[in-house]
Amino acid sequence: MTANSALRRTPLYDRHVALGGRMVDFGGWEMPQQYTSIRDEHFAVRKAAGLFDVSHMGRFRITGPSTKAFVQRLVTNDVSGLEPGQAQYNLMCNEAGGIIDDLVVYCSEDGFLAVVNASNREKDLDWMRLQAPADVTIEDRTFELSLVAFQGPEAQRLMPAQRLDDIPYFGFRDGEVAGVPAVISRTGYTGEDGFEIMVKSERVGQVWDAILEGGGEKGVLPAGLGARDAARLEAALRLWGNDMDETVNAYEAGLGWTVKLAKGEFVGRDALQKVKAEGPHRTLLGLKMQPGDIARHGAAVSAGGRHLGVITSGTHSFFLGYPVALAMVEARSLQVGDRAVVEVRGREAPAEVVKLPFYRGSAHSITEKKESRNG
Amino acid sequence: MADRRYTKTHEWVAVDGKHATVGITDFAQSQLGDVVFLELPKTGRKLDAGETFGVVESVKAASDLYSPVAGRISEVNDKLASKPELINSDPFGEGWIFKLDLAGDLPADLLDEDAYKKVTEASNH
Repeated sequence: MTANSALRRTPLYDRHVALGGRMVDFGGWEMPQQYTSIRDEHFAVRKAAGLFDVSHMGRFRITGPSTKAFVQRLVTNDVSGLEPGQAQYNLMCNEAGGIIDDLVVYCSEDGFLAVVNASNREKDLDWMRLQAPADVTIEDRTFELSLVAFQGPEAQRLMPAQRLDDIPYFGFRDGEVAGVPAVISRTGYTGEDGFEIMVKSERVGQVWDAILEGGGEKGVLPAGLGARDAARLEAALRLWGNDMDETVNAYEAGLGWTVKLAKGEFVGRDALQKVKAEGPHRTLLGLKMQPGDIARHGAAVSAGGRHLGVITSGTHSFFLGYPVALAMVEARSLQVGDRAVVEVRGREAPAEVVKLPFYRGSAHSITEKKESRNG
Repeated sequence: MADRRYTKTHEWVAVDGKHATVGITDFAQSQLGDVVFLELPKTGRKLDAGETFGVVESVKAASDLYSPVAGRISEVNDKLASKPELINSDPFGEGWIFKLDLAGDLPADLLDEDAYKKVTEASNH
């Protein structure tokens, strides 16, 4: 047995199996693809709330006197204005501007916490440590802390916790969920309102059970990777490894809004400044497909007989009733409303370029509320 | 009850005299995940044993379907066009895919229940 063949399991593994979860390899972790049906789990997330185990994601604690300056240099977004209790979506780039990973950073009194993709955990840790000055310490807390995401329009009402209303979108604080001390953030990866709950690994089972017991009669379901992928894709949330990687830059991925060139020096800044000045060569856009035509990752996209790019993510949207896809194509080749063709099962399937996201869930109304408060 | 046999590619065939019904197994549907679309064959089409007759699209992947037996298709389950999820909910019943009039002998490599079970157990590891 080699280290490579051993899949990791989260502290909730036995519960996933007991709930009928079909376990698959995801980024080196044995995770539930689905429990009952992706369709049902996806609808639970959109109509009530779904509970996801996301403990496979990497969690790093960053501490030391110059932590904030280090994080500011490490990522593309501007963390200088973050106050304790605020989180922010970010990209971590190489010198060429390629995306090493996307991550959420949480600013607290004693440092930062970074939540990264499971498949990139070791790579990210190596990169961060390489970049870090001597007075900054980066600890991998992935195994002591577990993370569950409770996502959906009813998540706030159905979560066994008090005073959730005081947590703004992308805010977090310490609290209790089902009597267990937890860090509660209003973040997620589904396009819905909802929370991510970080607790000590030995007590995560108690939180998981309480949420499912309390919400079971109100439409709450445990939800697997399949429902998570469908929900994030409808919300046009990018997936590292599919829609972006180290050969793709932020502007190509449509994530230019996370790049703050004016904030000062950071890794990849020179390269990204050049891309911005010249305009990206490729762009990520949304395609609506005909029922039955599921565009798969890597499928060719063309228009008028000319090859324009490839599909980066595609699935059938049970919620919208048709398949949707993201495609990376030549810049300025296609506009919203244009027709294109995608190779599906060896033939050319018609596609229509549509605005992103494909679906706006309840997370958006939270943003709007916040924006109107600020305005 | 008609005698049900299986293929290594996870189709089933229930033979009743000169007629047969074909579908995919419960193991196949569980591995595929939620089925969202089937590319179905047309009535009247002649199939050889092992010939590709359609495609099943699940959330996870598109998979070719192979006919377990030779014959001419006499009926296609039209319900699957609007309700492909019948493949998941009732693969051996309402999720049948087509019926055909058998031509010639049954292929020798069709598996019985026990032999098929061994195939699924092997691919679970």
